[in-house]
Amino acid sequence: MDKLIHAHGLIKRFGDFTAVDGIDVEVRRGEAFGFLGPNGAGKSSTMRMIGCVSPPTGGVLKILGLDPRRDGPKIRARLGVCPQLDNLDIELTVRENLTTYARFFGIPRKVARRRADELLEFVQLAERADSKVEPLSGGMKRRLTIARALVNEPEMVLLDEPTTGLDPQARHLVWERLFRLKQQGVTLVLTTHYMDEAEQLCDRLVVMDGGRIAAEGSPRELIERYSTREVVELRFAAESQEPYAEKLAGLGERLEVLPDRVLLYVDDGDEATAEVQRRSLMPASVLVRRSSLEDVFLHLTGRTLVD
Amino acid sequence: MTAGAYVFEYYLVNYRRTWRASALSTLVMPLLTMVGFGLGVGAYVTGGVAGVPYLDWIVPGLIASTAVQTAIGESLWPVFGNFEWLKVYFAQAAAPLRVADILGGHLAYMLFRIVVSAAVFLGVGVLFGAVGSWWAPLAVPVAALAGLAVAAPTVAYSATVGSESYLPILLRFAVLPMSLFSGVFFPVESLPVLLRWVAWLLPLWHGVELCRDAMLGRAPGLIGLWHAIYLLAWCVLGWRLAHSRFRRRLVI
Repeated sequence: MDKLIHAHGLIKRFGDFTAVDGIDVEVRRGEAFGFLGPNGAGKSSTMRMIGCVSPPTGGVLKILGLDPRRDGPKIRARLGVCPQLDNLDIELTVRENLTTYARFFGIPRKVARRRADELLEFVQLAERADSKVEPLSGGMKRRLTIARALVNEPEMVLLDEPTTGLDPQARHLVWERLFRLKQQGVTLVLTTHYMDEAEQLCDRLVVMDGGRIAAEGSPRELIERYSTREVVELRFAAESQEPYAEKLAGLGERLEVLPDRVLLYVDDGDEATAEVQRRSLMPASVLVRRSSLEDVFLHLTGRTLVD
Repeated sequence: MTAGAYVFEYYLVNYRRTWRASALSTLVMPLLTMVGFGLGVGAYVTGGVAGVPYLDWIVPGLIASTAVQTAIGESLWPVFGNFEWLKVYFAQAAAPLRVADILGGHLAYMLFRIVVSAAVFLGVGVLFGAVGSWWAPLAVPVAALAGLAVAAPTVAYSATVGSESYLPILLRFAVLPMSLFSGVFFPVESLPVLLRWVAWLLPLWHGVELCRDAMLGRAPGLIGLWHAIYLLAWCVLGWRLAHSRFRRRLVI
């Protein structure tokens, strides 16, 4: 079995609302796969279907080669799920959170205790094993939730926005642990709206928008396909950046005017900057940077705020 | 059903952390009720009820009533909270458990709490010398049945309401009248016919009657069988309602 997720024309509707509108997804064993998209793009609905807690409305879905409609518990026994919001047991200790959850998988108590200790070591919570969950920091709770998702030694771990709401240190620690898991051969499937997270962790990803897949590929491929190699950010000391846009016409592949700056999508940032000076435009500041997944994301899903 | 046992076990681990607080009230409540009603009110009911001293007559009713109170306490806020606040059910649904395991495991724990509270009350009754029959221990399973008959539909209610403010409404408009008019403190025959119907329809009265038969050593007869069937019907209907509510919340 090579394909852990096979979705074809997958649809999820809630009444009249279509959350997932016919997507095709394949995830192979050992991959780190990401669902990117703004809020309401259908990422979480897709994850819930993959986690076998939400029956698809239409299309084909196979998880670990099995049919979630029929084999839900059997599939879930081999998955690890880290939900968007921590649902830990605040009354229980850190260790008990893992041991009680392990029991739901029919893991013997002794094995559960041993595995709990190993996992607490892995997520760097060993010294908090006997403390209650409530006083833990956000990052610690997240790591504990990830550890809980690993008690059954899953073949595939589903992570719904694993680092949302964490401070930078905590995020980097989570990323590093997830990277270790990936190295151990665990298949990771995650949703995120952080581009740096996707670039750090994902071998392959899809950008979702409005329930559909807008683009698919590796982070590098997507940047090459939907953006240029470099981006020049020009800030002009004026009320409006609009008038400068005309004067920049023809420079680079694409140009985007924002309220506070103009973005030039070009292959060679330094050359474009030189051309800007030749046209005797005097920007207050110039920044040449490499294109990122964020540029792809905003290009594909637009800059309009979705709530 | 083994998976349901794991869920039951989970609640027991939780109980190990909180049992001290609940144990106190499980013991103190019966003591207070015994002193207040049994001895206090009983002093005025000099003739007894149906040829039985008031204290002996009231204890079985209090056991059934306590079982139902415990059932209500365990099936309102804890169930609502597991959906809305702690999201315990959602965490369980991600594991290889079915809706029936999640619901059954929690109900099994409620049953455990009901049995403990009924048994403790029976013990207090013995201490007060209010228990005279060898059949008295049967009051515990009977009270457990009555408790479950109330817990199952209440779980369905807690899984349905969208706001916490609906929980006390059930206490005020269903539990309070049920406790007053179910023959716990006085025979339902003293009530006007309309209120007697309230007693007959709600589960508690049937539990009270069966408990009283057990503790006074009376043969329950055919009507006793009907009481048991009626309580079982509440259990079954309550389970089916709760199961469909849980399904709607957990599998969407």
